[in-house]
Amino acid sequence: MWKTVVRRTIVMIPQMFILSLIIFILAKQMPGDPFTGLITPETDPSRIEELRIQAGFYDPWYVQYYRWITNAFQGDFGQSYTYKIAVSTLIGERALNTFWLSLLSVILVYLLAIPLGMLAGRKQDTFLDKSIILYSFISFAIPTFVLSLVFLFVFGYRFMWFPTSGTVDVGLESGTMAYFWNKIYHLLLPAMTAAILGTTGIIQYLRSEIIDAKTQDYVKTARSKGIPIRRIYARHIFRNSVLPIAAFLGFTITGLLGGSIFIETIYGYPGMGELFISSITSRDYSVITALIMLYGFLALLGSLLSDIIMSIVDPRIRID
Amino acid sequence: MTQQTYETNMMENSPPTGIQVVLREFKKDKVAMFSFFGVTIIMLTIFIAAWMLNQEEVLKINLLERYTEPGVNGYILGADEAGRDVLGQLIIGAKNSLLIAIWVTVIANIIGIAMGIIMGYYSGIVDNVMMRIIDFIITLPTLMIFIVLVSIIPEYGVLELVIIISAFQWIGIARLIRSKALSEGRRDYVSASKTMGTSDIAIMFKGLLPNLSSILIVEFTLSLAGNIGIETGLSFLGFGLPPSTPSLGTLVSYARNPLVLADKWWVWLPASLLILVLMLGINYIGQAFRRAADAKQRLG
Repeated sequence: MWKTVVRRTIVMIPQMFILSLIIFILAKQMPGDPFTGLITPETDPSRIEELRIQAGFYDPWYVQYYRWITNAFQGDFGQSYTYKIAVSTLIGERALNTFWLSLLSVILVYLLAIPLGMLAGRKQDTFLDKSIILYSFISFAIPTFVLSLVFLFVFGYRFMWFPTSGTVDVGLESGTMAYFWNKIYHLLLPAMTAAILGTTGIIQYLRSEIIDAKTQDYVKTARSKGIPIRRIYARHIFRNSVLPIAAFLGFTITGLLGGSIFIETIYGYPGMGELFISSITSRDYSVITALIMLYGFLALLGSLLSDIIMSIVDPRIRID
Repeated sequence: MTQQTYETNMMENSPPTGIQVVLREFKKDKVAMFSFFGVTIIMLTIFIAAWMLNQEEVLKINLLERYTEPGVNGYILGADEAGRDVLGQLIIGAKNSLLIAIWVTVIANIIGIAMGIIMGYYSGIVDNVMMRIIDFIITLPTLMIFIVLVSIIPEYGVLELVIIISAFQWIGIARLIRSKALSEGRRDYVSASKTMGTSDIAIMFKGLLPNLSSILIVEFTLSLAGNIGIETGLSFLGFGLPPSTPSLGTLVSYARNPLVLADKWWVWLPASLLILVLMLGINYIGQAFRRAADAKQRLG
C-alpha cells in the first residue's frame, strides 16, 4: 500500500505544476491590473507606470511565472494589493476560519448521517425509512446557495436564533470561554447547512450496507445463539458497516471546499471562499492564484486520503 | 449483406429493455410519475408564457412601483428594487436558465459519449492517455476556474457561458460511458462485426451506442438537473449570465442584499423554490429511468 501512496504523491507533483501554469496564464489574461485601482485624479500616471515596471509587469510571462513559482515554493505568494499584506499571512488567517467551519461541518455530517443511515436500514420500508430517503434525496437535489439562503432567512432573520454574519461578536476577549462559545455559535448555522448537504452519500451507503448485513451468516449465527437484536445491531452490524464510511471523509472534504464559496459568501463568514470572490472583484491576482492552487492541492489531498483510508479499512478494495 | 447480418445480430443481443420497462417503472413509482407530469407542465408553461411575454416591458424600470408587495397593483408576485414585475422576470429567467442547462447537457453529452465510446472501444494506450487527462481535470477546482474564465472574457453572453460550462461537464459522462463501453466492447457481437470487416466507426456508433442507450437517458436527465444548479449558482454569484439577461440565479442573487433577504421575500423566494422543484423533479425522473435501466433495481 505504501508504494501506492508514494506513487500517488509523486503524480501530484506534475499535476500541481500543470495547474499552476494554467492558473498563472489565466490570471494574467484578466482585464485591468491591480494598479488601475490606485489611479486617482491626483496621482501622476507616470508614477503608476513606474510601479508597474518595478513589479515586473512588462516582463515576458515565463519570466514572471518563474519568479512566481520559485517564490511560491518558499511559501511567498507575493503581496495582496487590496489588503497590503503578504498573501500567505492573509490566506493563513482565512484558511483557519475555513478550517474551523469545515471541521464542525464534518463532525455534524457524521453525527447526522450515521444514526439516520442505520435507522433507515434497520426499519427498512417503513414510514421512517421512506422519510429518511426523502430527506437524503432533497439534500442531494437542493443547491447550496438555495439552502443557505432559506436557512439564513428562516433561522437568522425570522426566528433570530442565530447571528447573520461574522465569526465572533465584538468586545469579547480572545482566549476566554465566552469567546470560544460565541465563535461556535456563529459557526453553527453555516456548518449545519454544509452538513445537511454532505449527508446523502453516507446515509445511502449505510442503509444498503445494513440491509445487506441482515442476511449475512454472522448475523444469523448471532441470532440463533439468542443474542438480542439490539446487541447485534450495536455490536456486529455497526462495527462492520461504519468503518468503511471513514473513506467518505475525503469526498466530504472536497465537497465542503466546493460549497464553501457559496456558504461563506452568503453567511458573510470571512474564510477562503469569501476571500476568493472578493479578490476576483478587486482583481487581486496574487491572492486569486494562491487560492486556486490551495484548493487544487486540498482536492488532490482529499482524493488521496479517501483511497488510503479505503485500503486500510476494507482490504477487499485495496488499491495497488 | 454485412450490415444486415450485423443488425439481426444486434437484435438478438439487445436486452429486453425499452419503452415498456420504463412505463412499468413509472407506473410503480407514483412520485416519479407525478414528477414527470409536473416538470413537463412547468416547462411548457414557462416556454409558452415567455414566448407571449414582452421582455422589454417586464424589464422596464419603474421606480414608483419599487418593492410593491405581491397582489398589489396587479403585481401577482410583487416587484423588485427597480419596480420590475417579479413574475415576469421569473418566467423569462426560468426560460433562460432552462435553455442554458439544456444546451450544456446536449453539448456535454455529445462530447462525453463520443469520448467515452472511443476510449472504451479502443482501450489500451488511447484510453490510458485520455484517462490521465480526465483524472487531472476532475480534481481541478472547477467552480473557481469558471469564475476566472468568466472574468477574462470581455464580451460574454449565453453562448460563451454554455461553452465554458460544457468544456468541463463532459468529463464525468465520458468516464461513465467508457466503463460501460469497455465491458460492452468485449461482447461477441462486437468481435463478430470486427471479423466481418465492419468499420470501427460503424461498430462504435451503430453497434455499441444503441446498447448503451438506457444509461444515456439516465445520464442525460441527471446531468440536466446538475447543469441547472451550475448555471443558477454562477449567476447567483454574479459570474453567470450578464445582469441584463435575467436568470433564476440572478433573481435569487437579489437576496445577497440583507434587506431583500429579510423583508422582501417575494423577490428571491419564488425563484429559489422553482429551482428546487425543478431539480427535485428531474432527479426523481432520472432515478426512475435508472431503475428501468438496471434490472436489479427495478420495482416491478
